[in-house]
Amino acid sequence: MDAVKRYFRSPAAVTGLVLLLIVVAMALSASWFYPREPLALAGRPLIWPFSNPRFLLGTDNSGRDIAAQILYGARISLLIGGVATAIAIAIGILIGAFAGYYGGWVDNVLMRITEAFQTLPNFVLLLVLVAVFGSTLTTVTIAVGVVSWPAPARLTRAEFLSLRNREFVQAGRTLGMRDIQLILGEILPNALPPIIVYASVIMAVAILLESALAFLRLSDPNVASWGNLIGLGRDVLRVQWYVSAIPGIAILVTVLAVSLVGQGLNDALNPRLKGR
Amino acid sequence: MNQPAPAILTIEGLGVRLPAGADRSHAVSGASLSIAANEILCVVGESGSGKSVMANAIMRLLPNEVSIDAGRVMFEGRDLAAATTAEMRAVRGAGIAMIFQEPMTALNPLRTIGDQIGEMFSIHTELSSTAIREKVLALLQDVRIPDPESAAKAYPHELSGGQRQRAMIAMALALDPRLLIADEPTTALDVTTQAQILTLIRELQKRKKTAVLFITHDFGVVAEIADRVAVMQHGHIVEQGDAASVLYRPQHPYTRQLIAAVPPLTAPPPRKLSDDIILSIGNVSRTFRTGGFLGRGARVTHAVKNVSLKLPRGATLGIVGESGSGKSTLARCIVRLIDPDAGAIVLEGKDWAKLTREEVRRETRHIQMVFQDPFSSLNPRRKAADLVAQGPIVHGTPRAQAIADAKELFALVGLDPSASDRFPHEFSGGQRQRIGLARALALRPEVLVADEAVSALDVSVQAQVLKLLAGLRERLGLSIVFITHDLRVAAQICDLVAVMKDGEVVEQGLAGEVFGRPQHPYTQALLDSIPGGEFARKHETSVFT
Amino acid sequence: MRILRLAGRRLAASIPTLALILIGVFLLLQFAPGDTVDAMMAQMGGGDAATAKELRKFYGLDLSIPAQLGNYLWRLIRLDLGFSSIYGKPVASVILERLPPTILLMTASLSFAFFFGIVFGVIAARGVNKWPDTVISILGLIFYATPSFWFGLMAIVVFSIYLQWLPAGGFENIGELQTGIGRTLDIARHLVLPTLTLGLIFLAIYLRIMRASMLEVLNLDYVRTARAKGLDETRVVIRHVLRNALLPMVTLIGLQAGTMLGGSVVVESVFSLPGLGRLAYESVVQRDLNTLLGIVFVSALLVISVNFAVDLVYARLDPRISAEG
Repeated sequence: MDAVKRYFRSPAAVTGLVLLLIVVAMALSASWFYPREPLALAGRPLIWPFSNPRFLLGTDNSGRDIAAQILYGARISLLIGGVATAIAIAIGILIGAFAGYYGGWVDNVLMRITEAFQTLPNFVLLLVLVAVFGSTLTTVTIAVGVVSWPAPARLTRAEFLSLRNREFVQAGRTLGMRDIQLILGEILPNALPPIIVYASVIMAVAILLESALAFLRLSDPNVASWGNLIGLGRDVLRVQWYVSAIPGIAILVTVLAVSLVGQGLNDALNPRLKGR
Repeated sequence: MNQPAPAILTIEGLGVRLPAGADRSHAVSGASLSIAANEILCVVGESGSGKSVMANAIMRLLPNEVSIDAGRVMFEGRDLAAATTAEMRAVRGAGIAMIFQEPMTALNPLRTIGDQIGEMFSIHTELSSTAIREKVLALLQDVRIPDPESAAKAYPHELSGGQRQRAMIAMALALDPRLLIADEPTTALDVTTQAQILTLIRELQKRKKTAVLFITHDFGVVAEIADRVAVMQHGHIVEQGDAASVLYRPQHPYTRQLIAAVPPLTAPPPRKLSDDIILSIGNVSRTFRTGGFLGRGARVTHAVKNVSLKLPRGATLGIVGESGSGKSTLARCIVRLIDPDAGAIVLEGKDWAKLTREEVRRETRHIQMVFQDPFSSLNPRRKAADLVAQGPIVHGTPRAQAIADAKELFALVGLDPSASDRFPHEFSGGQRQRIGLARALALRPEVLVADEAVSALDVSVQAQVLKLLAGLRERLGLSIVFITHDLRVAAQICDLVAVMKDGEVVEQGLAGEVFGRPQHPYTQALLDSIPGGEFARKHETSVFT
Repeated sequence: MRILRLAGRRLAASIPTLALILIGVFLLLQFAPGDTVDAMMAQMGGGDAATAKELRKFYGLDLSIPAQLGNYLWRLIRLDLGFSSIYGKPVASVILERLPPTILLMTASLSFAFFFGIVFGVIAARGVNKWPDTVISILGLIFYATPSFWFGLMAIVVFSIYLQWLPAGGFENIGELQTGIGRTLDIARHLVLPTLTLGLIFLAIYLRIMRASMLEVLNLDYVRTARAKGLDETRVVIRHVLRNALLPMVTLIGLQAGTMLGGSVVVESVFSLPGLGRLAYESVVQRDLNTLLGIVFVSALLVISVNFAVDLVYARLDPRISAEG
């Protein structure tokens, strides 16, 4: 397929893919490298990285292995990122498709709701949701997904609005196709590529949102997440700044990887003049 | 003219290279021509002939990947192909000026017309702003734009297409350039507006003695204004000469083919029409409301006003009009893509205007539509066979049967049945229209509505598709409603013609009558506006011979 | 005048949105475990059921939900945001105290991100696919991927702890109270790192959009016309490209207003700024639901006003908009 070839022609896209695969590998191999519970006490607190061969990246304030937390943290980030993105896109496509296809009062009502979600700052809404529903992994994931659906909804709606008037859709109507056949069979397959690409943006934002929550001690404290670790490291920032620095780099690399892959996908699927 | 006037611009063996992966290596190769002062040279060719590329090459406005790799472009003793950017900047606008095809996008939407025309002066001269303003007004008067004062203060979107093109012409001629390059300046305009702009260009050319390089795909335009003609195909100039010779005594087979494809204006002898009326449109109206807040200040457009037409069985009814005439809205009302506000559309005894959505869906196989744009009328993600088989499958035909039928239809419309496994982007424009036709015929409709079905095609392809349509009409006993803006096309294939303006039918009747003895002033204006009318009337070839 | 009418129309259309937000969040908060009275009792160190009942009756918390909602909306129209049990003050005054630092921070970050986003976006677009573009684009991507709170922490480590150039937090030097220019400079010093931190992600976004917008406009027909007139490249960019390319950027400000406000929650927490964002965080932790609701209201108002201003500016820049009036 030309799209796949085009993807691999871009060094940035390939780098992103490689980085992403590394992160995935980290997540998958966590229990192999560190079979014990990552949040269990492993040694003396605040050992510096590279000073002790048993603790490659040192230990945190409570004496837990930082390297273990990094590997297990990859699981959490990818899990939350993936599931929240799936939720956001599912809701977004549903709302955007109906709003864009039917127009009229359906569109009006759905857009009012979307606007309401967009006017309220998403992090504030996230705080409200956490205040109401608590901070378990499940609720946080769902909350991040719920906070992120307006953007894919708008994108889907825009795609549907433009595709609805395309002649091949009108042809489908004159052939006697039902609305639902048109939406699912004719319009959606053509609307999906930009939405799929946008999923990478949503995933990047989802990972950043969750880590911010974790940093504020509002996420699930019982899992080894990178944000939690950064929050922990804040107390010892003066001297043992590595406790905060290392997980931050992990987040940066993961989000960068996701963004690069998304951009690569975009350029591969829309071989327009890429900066002519 | 005893002595040939000195050449303003001479192109010698020009070659323009395309990037790797294009469908040929060079956009233009070995092109040589010259333009003298005070003459209009028309460069004619279909899409992909390289004519626009050549024009852009002269001005050195080619995109980055496309470049000149051979030849010279001599202007005022200098080779423009080898000139530096600074030298070119001095030439552009002052020595050679250019006007483009789409006036809407060719003007900056955020700046006023007067500003943009005045920029010509501020770039190349030292005039004060008051002097510039006066000059701009004088220019706008020259191009006969209504109310030059307000036009100068207006933004592009506040003017009509024709007015914008006049403004562009004013801008181009501001500094009295020696050569004006016009790249299809009238293609995007209505026929009546086109006629006015062509007259304007010719008049200004005569007055200022400018040389004009006029690029077009329409031989009618060539007949209307050209002094000399150059014909291009696949990047080569295949024939050049003075207008009369090329038009009436073409030498090269491609030129002959192109000229033969231009539909003449005389209608073919009338066929016998049936008395049985298959489709009757009675007092149909449709209005659009846009904008408005809480019901006030809405803009109301009466797209279709009280239109009544009759289509006899087996006949072809042409609905002709310019943009904004309502013909497309009417077409969509007929197939119920849009719901009419009032009126009756009676097909085989059933009033279509009154059917519910569900009933329309079921009855839709009686009347089908062929669309205008070969590129967006086919779902890019479906194979051609699927596209044609979609209709019957939705109505209950088993898939295997529908695909087999689709392959037969492919043969019927002149395509290779084994090609039905390919995707739309692998076909040419003309082939895609054939697929669209096959798709419409798959449900075996009695009536076919062709909405500008050939307007987006090159002239030679147009002729082929029209011939196909005429043949199918006989074989399948189709009744056709043929929507078009091009009178010449309508004259070829329609038995009856209705002329629409501003939502109303201003004249209707047998094609021969309407074209031969037009009654309504608008019809007369339309017919007069056809470029190269004499040429169209004179040359005999038609799709039927 | 027409511009004002247009923007006013949009403003009026946001009222149902505002209502939707408030009603939605109010109802959502009903699901929260514990209410204001529970929080108050926790503060007081416990109490008996009778006191709780009294307090509930006093605050109107024993009424049915629709009645409570009605009460709330009615008080809202009179700009009475209720009472904060934690701070012992009306919510409105708590919010008003905390508003200035947030507004200052947001304005500074927005200006920083917008200005440099334009500058770098233009540079990247002019030298597209050459090294300035590559460097700028890569940096942009990295800034975008950097968690703001982490950047803030690292900035503190570098600039406050090691280099000791800038303060590590707080809004101003509470030790020695200064006035006039001295105070302004002091606040400015305290805001440098927070502004950089909050502005970084938005800088990345604006940069990318500006670059894409410039590239798109550079391909449009009227730029070709400008070149055909003999304009040199710099003037083409300044006179024909910039203003047109800025339009999507202006829209973006409106769209990102909410995200920026959200971002300030984290940044204010990192730098201990006494702003609205940190107030939101505190209300969640201390279960002061009245204040949280008040912050929701004020945030929505802020976003709506920013969008109103953006509409005005956009209509001023693009004559096509006023025409559709």
